[in-house]
Amino acid sequence: MTDRSTNKQMTWGEGGLAAVMAAFAVFALLIAANAHTQAYAFHAYVFSASAVAAVFAIINRYYDRPAELPPQFIDGKPNYNMGPVKFATIASMFWGIAGFTVGLLIALQLAFPVLNFDLPWTSFGRLRPLHTSAVIFAFGGNVLLATSFYVVQRTSRARMAGDLAPWFVILGYNLFIVIAGTGYLLGVTQGKEYAEPEWYADLWLTVVWVVYLLVFLLTLAKRTEPHIYVANWFYLAFIVTIAVLHLVNNAAIPVSIYSPKSYIIWSGLQDAMVQWWYGHNAVGFFLTAGFLAIMYYFIPKRAERPVYSYRLSIIHFWALIFMYIWAGPHHLHFTALPDWAQTLGMTFSIMLWMPSWGGMINGLMTLSGAWDKLRTDPVLRMLVVSVAFYGMSTFEGPLMSIKAVNSLSHYTDWTIGHVHSGALGWVGYVSFGAIYCLVPWLWNKRELFSMRLVNWHFWLSTIGIVFYICAMWVAGIMQGLMWRAYTALGFLEYSFVETTEALHPMYIIRALGGALFVAGALVMAYNLYRTIYDGEPAKAAIEPNPALASGH
Amino acid sequence: MSPTFESASAFAASWGLAYFVVLFVGAVAYALWPSKREEFEHAARIPLTED
Repeated sequence: MTDRSTNKQMTWGEGGLAAVMAAFAVFALLIAANAHTQAYAFHAYVFSASAVAAVFAIINRYYDRPAELPPQFIDGKPNYNMGPVKFATIASMFWGIAGFTVGLLIALQLAFPVLNFDLPWTSFGRLRPLHTSAVIFAFGGNVLLATSFYVVQRTSRARMAGDLAPWFVILGYNLFIVIAGTGYLLGVTQGKEYAEPEWYADLWLTVVWVVYLLVFLLTLAKRTEPHIYVANWFYLAFIVTIAVLHLVNNAAIPVSIYSPKSYIIWSGLQDAMVQWWYGHNAVGFFLTAGFLAIMYYFIPKRAERPVYSYRLSIIHFWALIFMYIWAGPHHLHFTALPDWAQTLGMTFSIMLWMPSWGGMINGLMTLSGAWDKLRTDPVLRMLVVSVAFYGMSTFEGPLMSIKAVNSLSHYTDWTIGHVHSGALGWVGYVSFGAIYCLVPWLWNKRELFSMRLVNWHFWLSTIGIVFYICAMWVAGIMQGLMWRAYTALGFLEYSFVETTEALHPMYIIRALGGALFVAGALVMAYNLYRTIYDGEPAKAAIEPNPALASGH
Repeated sequence: MSPTFESASAFAASWGLAYFVVLFVGAVAYALWPSKREEFEHAARIPLTED
């Protein structure tokens, strides 16, 4: 053994990445010194400090690790790399609670404007992108990173590709989140919805995302299971499409390398179309394809039933891919966008009913023969209710894309209600279900600390969602009707402020719903904490080796 | 001759459409191909049969 430790050598990856990070730290300091704005200097310091931390982490890890890199197999079983998955799981819970809480705050701000505190940093305009990015990209993104790295390893029966690369993806992505979030508070934004981060954050995310794609592809290439499981197709579609969307929508020219400000290369109508091509497909491929991958792995696994129809899952996949990409123009009804493009967006949105409901049926029917588990297993119930919400919000979406309906619904709170039935009900619940499954598996526990608390979480947040979406339906339709009401003389019957006044009770009910949802998430976090620290260890036969979690 | 907007859009609306339809029909044919039954039955159980 002593011989081996004297032969210990740094790998090219370790040495190379440490050197690149060291150079990057110096480069970021130079930027900080010349930065045009304080916010940009702050971000440069954050980048620099992170790069220094990365160098130290790489070197420490080198001194702590055995001379040889972890084996691919132990006793004939794949030696899965679960360290990065654990990190992303905890990060998702952290960002989830942060994002939900900011959501609650801005819901209260709409009901009680005094809560803007008359400060720029706490104004609704800055906190709103903080909320959307925190829940979609920070919470949802970490859930997708965690589950994709877990699922691709398990279903490929291979250890994740790369030694430092998976850690680079997870930590790099979370650094992007920090840069984006602090940027919104400090007023750094390019003003594109769901793509607010400025050019330098976008470039950093591009690097991280390319590494993510490579880790995912190379893990698939190492697989010992010949068939690539359908969940991996969905993950791959999510990764590739988000890369393309991100690059095209954020094509911008910075004013200077020392300035956070950039100008987008698209102009006018083209910019609007590119933005909503991006925006809708972020829904389609981030919030749908990625989370459908979770559905296709975690529901069969939890129900202990095979996928109801594998053939349907393939058709579901391709139909979704071929149709979603055209639906974006429905965000631009009755604008300067040519009529044919609006109609195209509407038509493809309506056609999306078919793959959406095909997928929903496939998810729900996977329970055939195991329906009784819904009574006893609140985690499975959460997963199944998420699929029901998927069905509901993908029914509502195409409905709202019909021009006649859109003329009533657009720019009203109905849209907010629709988004949240998808975000809280579908994305939230499928994520919660997956995390409830993942935590005992990853930390080698027999089961969750408390199923009763899962039940509490389920009911608290279900009642919260119902309050939320019902309030927004009423608010949105009322708003739409008031906006289009005319007096006998042909004047608009209501001023804008009258509609705002009428919405006040609905806004309070919405905030109440949000508070219940936050409460449910706190119950969940407590349950997971107790599971990790006090949970009864699983039998050795199930998760044999603590070395499985090596790599951190 | 360089392509104009009209020629590019005519190409996309005809050959582009045909290309996507053929690809999609191919994917559906793959999904429904009778001899694939066994492979798909195995695949549907992948989450259940792992180590």
